[in-house]
Amino acid sequence: MASRSSQQGLFFRMHIDLTLLLALLALIAAGQVILYSAGGENIALMQRQWIRLGVAFAVMLAIAQISPDTMRRWSPVLFIFGTIMLIAVLLVGTKALGARRWLDLGLFRFQPSEMMKLAVPMMIAWFLSAGNIPPSNRRIFAALAILIVPVLLIAKQPDLGTSLLVSSAGLFVIFMSGVSWRLILGFVIAVISFTMPMWLFLMRDYQRQRVLTMLNPESDPLDSGYHIIQSKIAIGSGGSFGKGWLNGTQSHLEFLPEHHTDFIFSVFAEEFGFSGVLILLALYMFIIFRGIYITTQAHGTYARLLGASVVLTFLIYIFVNIGMVSGILPVVGVPLPLVSYGGTSIVTLMAGFGILMAIHTHRKLLAH
Amino acid sequence: MAAKQLIKDHFIELRIFQHRSIVAIVFTIVLFGILAARLFYLQITNHDHFTTLSQNNRVSVQAIPPTRGLIYDRNGIILAENLPSYTLQIIPEQTKDIDNLIEELATLIEIRDVDIKKFKKEVKRKRRFEGIPLRFRLTDKEVAIISVNLHHLPGVEIQAQLTRYYPYGRETSHVVGYVGRINEKELKTLPVTNYSGTNHTGKLGIEKSYEALLHGQVGYQKVETNVRGRVLRVLERSNPTPGDDLYLNLDINLQKVAAEAFEGKRGALVAIDPQNGHILAMLSMPDYNANLFVNGIDSKTYKALNTSWERPLYNRTLLGSYPPGSTTKPFFALAGLELNVIAPDHEIFCPGYYQLKGKSHKYRDWKKWGHGKTDITKSIVESCDVFYYDLAFQLGIDHMHEFMSNFGFGQHSGIDILGERSGLMPSREWKKRVHNQVWFPGETVIAGIGQGYVLVTPLQLALATATLANGGKLYQPQLVHSIKRKSDPIPRLVTPQLVREIKVNRPSNWKKVYHAMTEVIHGRRGTARRLNKPDMRYKIAGKTSTAQVFTVAQDASYKEEELEERLKDHALFMAFAPVDNPRITIAVVVENGGHGGSVAAPIAGKVIEAYLSQFNDEELKAAQKKQKPSAKKKPSAHKKPIRNKAKPSIQQTHNNTALFLNGPEYQRHKNLIQAHRVKENAHG
Repeated sequence: MASRSSQQGLFFRMHIDLTLLLALLALIAAGQVILYSAGGENIALMQRQWIRLGVAFAVMLAIAQISPDTMRRWSPVLFIFGTIMLIAVLLVGTKALGARRWLDLGLFRFQPSEMMKLAVPMMIAWFLSAGNIPPSNRRIFAALAILIVPVLLIAKQPDLGTSLLVSSAGLFVIFMSGVSWRLILGFVIAVISFTMPMWLFLMRDYQRQRVLTMLNPESDPLDSGYHIIQSKIAIGSGGSFGKGWLNGTQSHLEFLPEHHTDFIFSVFAEEFGFSGVLILLALYMFIIFRGIYITTQAHGTYARLLGASVVLTFLIYIFVNIGMVSGILPVVGVPLPLVSYGGTSIVTLMAGFGILMAIHTHRKLLAH
Repeated sequence: MAAKQLIKDHFIELRIFQHRSIVAIVFTIVLFGILAARLFYLQITNHDHFTTLSQNNRVSVQAIPPTRGLIYDRNGIILAENLPSYTLQIIPEQTKDIDNLIEELATLIEIRDVDIKKFKKEVKRKRRFEGIPLRFRLTDKEVAIISVNLHHLPGVEIQAQLTRYYPYGRETSHVVGYVGRINEKELKTLPVTNYSGTNHTGKLGIEKSYEALLHGQVGYQKVETNVRGRVLRVLERSNPTPGDDLYLNLDINLQKVAAEAFEGKRGALVAIDPQNGHILAMLSMPDYNANLFVNGIDSKTYKALNTSWERPLYNRTLLGSYPPGSTTKPFFALAGLELNVIAPDHEIFCPGYYQLKGKSHKYRDWKKWGHGKTDITKSIVESCDVFYYDLAFQLGIDHMHEFMSNFGFGQHSGIDILGERSGLMPSREWKKRVHNQVWFPGETVIAGIGQGYVLVTPLQLALATATLANGGKLYQPQLVHSIKRKSDPIPRLVTPQLVREIKVNRPSNWKKVYHAMTEVIHGRRGTARRLNKPDMRYKIAGKTSTAQVFTVAQDASYKEEELEERLKDHALFMAFAPVDNPRITIAVVVENGGHGGSVAAPIAGKVIEAYLSQFNDEELKAAQKKQKPSAKKKPSAHKKPIRNKAKPSIQQTHNNTALFLNGPEYQRHKNLIQAHRVKENAHG
């Protein structure tokens, strides 16, 4: 601490982690470059994204000011509020593209499932930090029970991507709390022994087919498979150094679907090639390692559990998105964090980084 | 809860957390490793594969069809051309209200409900930026009206295409033929790449036989398209090579004269230049309008054409096999003389019938009471059958077959369009092979007057006459005179092909036959003396024939009067003129026409007159002086082609010919003809 410059000290006093901030800015800058190309050089689209980024930064800075202790105390409230909102969505939500995800609040549309990406790990961290570490089996099952409610509510919307992210956020908290490996193994075996008989005996052929298509979209090249095939072509044709900025044919000739949202990575890979991809991955990895470093320095169980969950969820974002567009994971709607065009996820992600910054910069206060 | 919190072991907790953090770091590295490996696999290992797919995605190759070659007659009059035809299209993407637009268009030009229905169907099928046709074949006036109003008709477009058009569609229907939409069978045989942009192919006549030359080479353009197939830009373009233009030997004016003369009759006419085998006129009647077939004929019209008992679709010049009857007489007379079977002053007595020794059957002459004393000239002029019964018996069928085959009887002529029949000149060998029977002497006797098994196509008859007229040179009949490649400054001539030269034993024998044939027209008792006019600038040599129709297909559907009509004799006539310098030989067949002299000969006379009127007196007689010395040469000497009517321009182009005729397209044309011939032989 003493070796830090006064400049960093200033940021520190503003509850900002400069290292993390610079890495995020670098990532967002790269995201803007590729969004300009993927969005069809559309300035209006860029401006809309800038507004979102502004809001997201504001949220991040605001949350960074809140001490983890305050967060912990408000966690159950936030969780219960979010769960009620999720139920409300299912009852009176606005439907779009076949899914009921939004609450229309007149002034703006609100997506409670986004909030739950943070509210769920906060709740579980609150619950587990209240007990012994490592937690008893009873507490773990109680934590799983807390987790399953919002996950099912979100899956029902349906929003597979978010429910996956919410459940992994919750599971990471439980994992970091030191749940025994034996229990993890048992959990995995339980899941398999539950799905296998279901697959073999309970499911009908068409249902199996549907699942298989989801897992292997290329078997259905005209429908969902088309997206993945085109995305792989985009990535593969990028080669070592790419086709060059603004020269990606797959995206600019509109062969690639969703090229400025979920499939933006494919545009990046097409235009900047494998070398660009490695730089992007390195940037992401740096942010994750910085996040893990912050959590290991954190004070208090709650802060550690929540911080680690936020970081690992960010990792899941990246892995699921890139895995999906490169054809090793089924297509679920997960954006490439901080790069894909779109509002709510950016705000949630930056809020998560706000939590990390808060964890990092409120330590002294906690220590006293 | 508070109690439990008290017994928290911060040290163990921190250890657990640090342990799990290491697991998290390993987990992160593993996941990033998986991603990096996957991307390496896609971008480095399989880069080429995906690059190809990406190229295929965006670049599509569009074929540009070549313009079909034109067909001209010998005087440069166009027989087959490509005319622009206009189509009104609407591009849905560029219009706001299609229904409104169609209503507006309907106030300007005629738009039927059928058109709208068809259009609406297409709209659903096609992509929004593609033009969808609403009206086809706009008239010039309609094009003008739309063009003037185009500015307030957004999305409306007038598209011009080229459509094949035959200005003399009727007269040339059997010779030039027509093009039609490529059918499934043709799709399998035509070269795929070269026809990728082509909708039409030659179906008949010149259009079919010279398809390889007329079609041209396809061009292409590589275009970049987006996911909806819209062309964004042209990356590369290779222009098509237009098809070659063909100049025919055919004289369309002659063809018209022939068609007029034939009006209301069925039959065929072939006129050949005996000096080179060029076909001057080739007509099969009744004819039909070839233009009907270009864009698909409606089934009702087609059915009417196809089932008509007059068979307008049947090309009688190549396919019609008729008993030649008395037109064989000059050839048999020549055979008798040249083979030394009869002397020039040979004479018989014709009692009106002929009997084989020891047989009671009487072979009747057409003249019941007989011709009396008959020599060679009289036998031809008055067409004495008995003379030829006797001559045939003396010659024997083998000699007859051999001699007549030299003139092309019973053989494919080798004409440069597809589908000719070979006719039939019977022999012992043939009868054994086909009917597995021995040859009877009586069959020789009736073959002597061109009846019995003997069959001839009008083309063969004309060709044999030409061979007789020019002193024994059998040229392959040729419709195409020259081929004009777009890149060539002048057309390349197709050289006349001399198939064989018949050995002339004594030129006087030939002269004798010519003389007798001249008497047919100009003699007092000639069967075609009605062609003789006092002020003629030239003399015609010819022979009439009234050939018996032996059989009619036992088809019960024939009407009574139709049957009667179809049992009437065929009227035939063959001729060449001028006698001393033959420039045209002609064969006319009028089906069930009755008498050759009164029905077939006048048609030939008109065509000869029309053709020879373009020559001055000098040209008509020019070769006469040259011919005489050559005729006095030693009998065994092979004559050189002495009559040369080639125009200077043709001479000029002559040098280029050899090169061209070995070209691959011409070879394909030849192969096509050859393959067809082999197939036909296998059938018959």
